[in-house]
Amino acid sequence: MIERAYDDATWAELEEIAARYPQKRSGLLPMLHLVQSVEGRVTPEGIEACAEILDISAAEVSGVATFYTMYKRKPVGDYHVGVCTNTLCAVLGGDLIFERLKEHLDVGNDETTVPEGDGKSVTLEHIECNAACDYAPMMTVNWEFMDNMTPESATRLVDDLREGKEVRSTRGPRVVTWREAERVIAGFSDGLADEGPAAGPASLVGLEIARANDWIAPDARGDKQ
Amino acid sequence: MTEMATLTPVLTDNWDVARAWTLASYEQGGGYGALEKALGMAPDTVIAAVKDSGLRGRGGAGFPTGLKWGFIPQDNPKPKYLVVNADESEPGTCKDTPLMMASPHTLVEGVIISSYAIRANTAFIYVRGEILHVVRRLHRAVQEAYLAGHLGKNIHGSGYDLDLIVHAGAGAYICGEETALLDSLEGRRGQPRLRPPFPAVAGLYASPTVINNVESIASVPSIIEHGAEWFSSMGTERSKGYGIFSLSGHVTRPGQYEAPLGITLRTLIDLAGGMREGHELKFWTPGGSSTPMLTAEHLDVPLDFEAIGAAGSMLGTRALQLFDETTCIVRAVLRWTEFYKHESCGKCTPCREGTWWLVQTLTKIEKGIGTPADIKEDLDQLLDQCDNILGRSFCALADGATSPISSSIEYFRDEYLAHAEHGGCPFDPAASTVFAPVGAHT
Repeated sequence: MIERAYDDATWAELEEIAARYPQKRSGLLPMLHLVQSVEGRVTPEGIEACAEILDISAAEVSGVATFYTMYKRKPVGDYHVGVCTNTLCAVLGGDLIFERLKEHLDVGNDETTVPEGDGKSVTLEHIECNAACDYAPMMTVNWEFMDNMTPESATRLVDDLREGKEVRSTRGPRVVTWREAERVIAGFSDGLADEGPAAGPASLVGLEIARANDWIAPDARGDKQ
Repeated sequence: MTEMATLTPVLTDNWDVARAWTLASYEQGGGYGALEKALGMAPDTVIAAVKDSGLRGRGGAGFPTGLKWGFIPQDNPKPKYLVVNADESEPGTCKDTPLMMASPHTLVEGVIISSYAIRANTAFIYVRGEILHVVRRLHRAVQEAYLAGHLGKNIHGSGYDLDLIVHAGAGAYICGEETALLDSLEGRRGQPRLRPPFPAVAGLYASPTVINNVESIASVPSIIEHGAEWFSSMGTERSKGYGIFSLSGHVTRPGQYEAPLGITLRTLIDLAGGMREGHELKFWTPGGSSTPMLTAEHLDVPLDFEAIGAAGSMLGTRALQLFDETTCIVRAVLRWTEFYKHESCGKCTPCREGTWWLVQTLTKIEKGIGTPADIKEDLDQLLDQCDNILGRSFCALADGATSPISSSIEYFRDEYLAHAEHGGCPFDPAASTVFAPVGAHT
């Protein structure tokens, strides 16, 4: 879809990203995220567009695009589903969840389901530590947190996604599509910042204990409480 | 004078407040008051306060923050930059992410004060791309701060200008390494740079640059508000202040516990309701997978830079991953090693090739291929490989890759050998899961 990659609006947005920075090449990572939001993956056309705007070679852009795991050369489904299989999540159940999902969806790692009828497609990938170890085993949908998962809740989650039901992050908003998420990562607001809680339950356990015991930091006068 | 409280919420203190992430909520709690105070001080006075507080980098290395700021050559005519490392990716580390989700303005206020101190007019928050809602909240907080006059031109009428750019990464553990982060922020592959020159002299765009962890920068407003002495009244002799301790794994209540540095794991596990019912602690990491693991014999070691160092490990990011006796050490170490192999950027040969060889050798052991005598040779080979990797690469990723291996062989050599005797792994992985029946054993 060369026309979509090069329409005036997208081109202007790519230039807008580059203009955020003191040196325009710094915009390359978010620009590639925007390419993915428009095209569903990093395409040769997207690489050419970034190269032209940044005045660098397509080989240089390609070298960057192939270095980072969030950039995909194959089309990603409507939803990207990540299962953390780094040691802690794996041991606590991530390995079993990933095995169950591969079987349930009949896909391998980094593969995409073929939707039935009006259904949605899901790309399954095992991911590295995603900074939610206190919610292990954790998963992501389009990089939203899905905390404290089990094989059962994981299969229910992907079924809901495939059926097009509304899914909410356990610590965030309703899940948008992968392409919409990539646009947010590129720095364009979707207006959902105010959805979801300030903190999940595990983030608050220490604070709750401190409150219950009336434990506070020493006050401003240096008196110890 | 009464005793210091066991937990001391400062950074986490507003996380249970309604809509804590909004400017209105943050200002309601006194937010941006420290900024007003800092703008009335000379920049060098702000640096002195941070130096005097004893704040050491919260991203793992523990370098004194004020000292780092002091390295910025103020006679250098180039622009100065502040870059916040929000690329939280070290396995087990999960403190900066909830901080930025719950109270992004704490970080933004810290960025403004810190940038003012080092005389930067442009600052960046390099946040990992895989935490979407955090990216949203950061963008929104920065937008609110601009609208309120906390960012932009002539902040609070002081004549000081600052632009703050939120920059999302694209999935690469190596970009948590500060010079790789700079290359990535310049739109390149994230590969570490040879030092010297250090970033303080030639960092982003070859200009003087300070790179600090989220929690370090977020601690700055409290130091300015309450004073250096207040901060250093918490903690131990050389590890001052408070920090967020992240408990995960086989513990009853995993989560975030903010306490003075020097608290012990025994106290933290007690607060967390003990290890999960019917099980006991087998091994743990003090600060992520790159810090050598410790065991139950280290429960009373104060969690500060010096004591954990003396115990043979590193405080790192206070990412306390706890594993009970159902966990196979070889499985755990192999998985971490596969991670380092996957995340090696490929620049340095000992790391690129070495992590590959480590995975080969560990995989053979895990499968129980060979006799106990063969595995003894494999273990010698593993330690030899570690010896050839440690200290021979540009950055600490390679060093970190050797930590789980050498420390686990030190404490659990017999368990490696048991894989040969058993012809494979003697553990039942189902018993380690959170959905295993209570009291399940191997």
